[in-house]
Amino acid sequence: MAVGHAEGPGQNLLLTRLEDVISWARSNSLWPLTFGTSCCAIEMMMASGASHHDLARFGAEVTRPSPRQADLLIVAGTIVKRMAQPLRTLYEQMPEPRYVIATGACVISGGPFIYHSYSSLRGVDDVIPVDVYVPGCPPRPEGLFYGILTLQRMIRERAGLKHPEERRAPVTAALPEGITKQEIQAEMLELFEAQGRRNVHEEYRRTVSDPGAKGAYPGRGERG
Amino acid sequence: MTPKTLTLQDLLRTDFAPGGGTQEYFVNMGPQHPATHGVLRLLLKLDGETLRQVIPVLGYIHRGIEKICEHQTYRQIVHLSDRLDYLSALANNWCVTRVVERAAGIETNERIETIRTLMAELERLQSHTLWWGVFGMDLGAFTPFLHGFRDREELTQIFEDTIGARLTMNYIQPGGLLHDLHKDFAPRVRAWLKDFGTKVDEYDRMLSGNLIAQKRLVDIGALSGDEALGLGATGPVLRASGVPWDLRRVRPYGVYDQLDFVVPVGEKGDCWDRYWVRIEEMRQSLALCETLIENIPEGKTMLVKPAAKIRLPEGTFYEELETPRGIFGVHLHSRGKDMPWRFHFRSPNLHNLWCITKIAPGARVADIVAMLAGLDLIVPDMDR
Amino acid sequence: MSDWLEDFIAGKEGAELLADDRPRSLLLPLPALIGSMQALKAQGFDMLNDHMAVDNPEGEHIRLLWLLCSTESGELLRVCCDLPRQQPVAPSLNALWPVAEWQEREVYDLFGVLYSGHPDLRRLFLEDDWEGWPLRKDYEDSFILEPGKP
Ligand code: SF4
Repeated sequence: MAVGHAEGPGQNLLLTRLEDVISWARSNSLWPLTFGTSCCAIEMMMASGASHHDLARFGAEVTRPSPRQADLLIVAGTIVKRMAQPLRTLYEQMPEPRYVIATGACVISGGPFIYHSYSSLRGVDDVIPVDVYVPGCPPRPEGLFYGILTLQRMIRERAGLKHPEERRAPVTAALPEGITKQEIQAEMLELFEAQGRRNVHEEYRRTVSDPGAKGAYPGRGERG
Repeated sequence: MTPKTLTLQDLLRTDFAPGGGTQEYFVNMGPQHPATHGVLRLLLKLDGETLRQVIPVLGYIHRGIEKICEHQTYRQIVHLSDRLDYLSALANNWCVTRVVERAAGIETNERIETIRTLMAELERLQSHTLWWGVFGMDLGAFTPFLHGFRDREELTQIFEDTIGARLTMNYIQPGGLLHDLHKDFAPRVRAWLKDFGTKVDEYDRMLSGNLIAQKRLVDIGALSGDEALGLGATGPVLRASGVPWDLRRVRPYGVYDQLDFVVPVGEKGDCWDRYWVRIEEMRQSLALCETLIENIPEGKTMLVKPAAKIRLPEGTFYEELETPRGIFGVHLHSRGKDMPWRFHFRSPNLHNLWCITKIAPGARVADIVAMLAGLDLIVPDMDR
Repeated sequence: MSDWLEDFIAGKEGAELLADDRPRSLLLPLPALIGSMQALKAQGFDMLNDHMAVDNPEGEHIRLLWLLCSTESGELLRVCCDLPRQQPVAPSLNALWPVAEWQEREVYDLFGVLYSGHPDLRRLFLEDDWEGWPLRKDYEDSFILEPGKP
């Protein structure tokens, strides 16, 4: 939040600070549109609506069925040719500033339906601009959270009051540039520990560093 | 003479006020609508608040899976099948597996069949808990959603331990199972089943007796048994109309022939009966799982080389089984290659959907949400 | 199972039993289709389980398949019928089983088979202005991507 804006003539201190405050508020009150076409939508429901994962912790749980009340479009599920037009309409109905997260292999590249399909689009970015890609088929709820956290960081860093349109190049939430896998694991670790659940990533790291360790990664180790 | 073809525009141009009565109008529901659970689009022809006609418009998620299947090996098709009806992924896997196994003449052992049956029943529970939660939400009650998803999440984690995926699960393969069971599987399932036994009663107390729910379900969308058969309905929708047609009973597969269970059957075929049949099915599945988890025999879980190419003889093969939503069938037309010549899925949701064209006319516009929720539709399975 | 099926086809010109194991299949000539289907429905096949088509470009025909099911005996029966590929016109079974209306729309959409007597022959999945029949083997579309080809 403390990142100052690129200074130019006429840029005064108060306005810069105000922009920061607004981006901070905006990033923590994302209102996603309830939109899902297929499998990924169920995982999104598990993440956003259900009690276990609880998206409310990250300030993005107010899902809205109407695009006019939403500012975050989570594209969950395959987009086919026939759906492209309605999707574009939905996007254009959303008020500025609006953000798009593409979840799942299908909307990133076509996923399982990339070859031989006469109707599946190969990537939703042909239709609407995307801010964050979350890979997976479908991404786990934690993956979606990571995508939302990434978007929030982007909003805080870049999009200001005066530049709602300014975007930086879209990022993949799995491995954003400049962020190492270790950092992601550390962040996930916190997330898991906060939940008091068994920590898959920690166990996985132990298996990797100590190949002799048995049965650490769930469902893999003991089968060799 | 070549038969006449129509377009959607032709339908919209029909006579709006037949006989000079009140004027009818169209309302578009979907493809982006929270109650259609995806991208189903319904054109509602209304007269005031009364529905005159419902025209489903499909294709907003038609991915061309049948065409893709013609270019995939049989093992790869198993993986595509769980993207159809993702809430019954394992049942879909099983159906594809069965047709491939029968065509290739692969025999399985008792352990494999028991685990497959157990997984299918657990998934029926998982699917019905989600249905129950969403059903409540569609009627305007948010609490069921939280409860249904809470119980589902536990089960999802149990599946994840063994299968490695949360939703698009791939476990049942031609020749056996992808992995053996996780070492925590049996204790966790036992604990979950014990817990869930009380949850079903809680579900009943929470929603079933609710006066508003009753008012919105009883006598809404009644469908007689003959009509349901003619419309091709299967699964809980058909059974709610009084036809005891359950493939687990009439043509048993897996180890269902050794199991004892009741097929719940409704009377009137209204939304309430569909609700009740599914709640009862949860109880039956619970009892089945409790029996199965104690009786898993020893044995191998994969009987063929997992990477071996499968080449099927020429012919047309068909297998079907009972998923949580009805009869899922697979037609396989092989020409002796390692890829099918034609692969066709018989989708339970597509056939159940047509019931809406029969039960909706005459009802109020608010009832259509209850009817859709009662049919429990999964759109990607309809469109394929 | 009984041999009523052999008696059933005995009097019919051009009808034959296909040497498929299960479900048993019956190949009918086009003119006999409606009459046989009526007779089969009267026999107790009250459920039209599924309807699909298979393209056969070498034989210059499209084979239609209907899967019938009897909820009394639990028996499955497949009925097949070959249509010429250039002029595929089949009678609609809509009057016997209402679900045929939509199953036939699907086959029309993907294979271009026309059904006479169909009340509402529209495409089911694709847009009305879509060109071609995607599940035919000779369907060509520059949109389709194939592995290894740019
Ligand atoms: S990415 Fe996978 S899970 Fe998501 S919509 Fe596509 S096939 Fe379904």
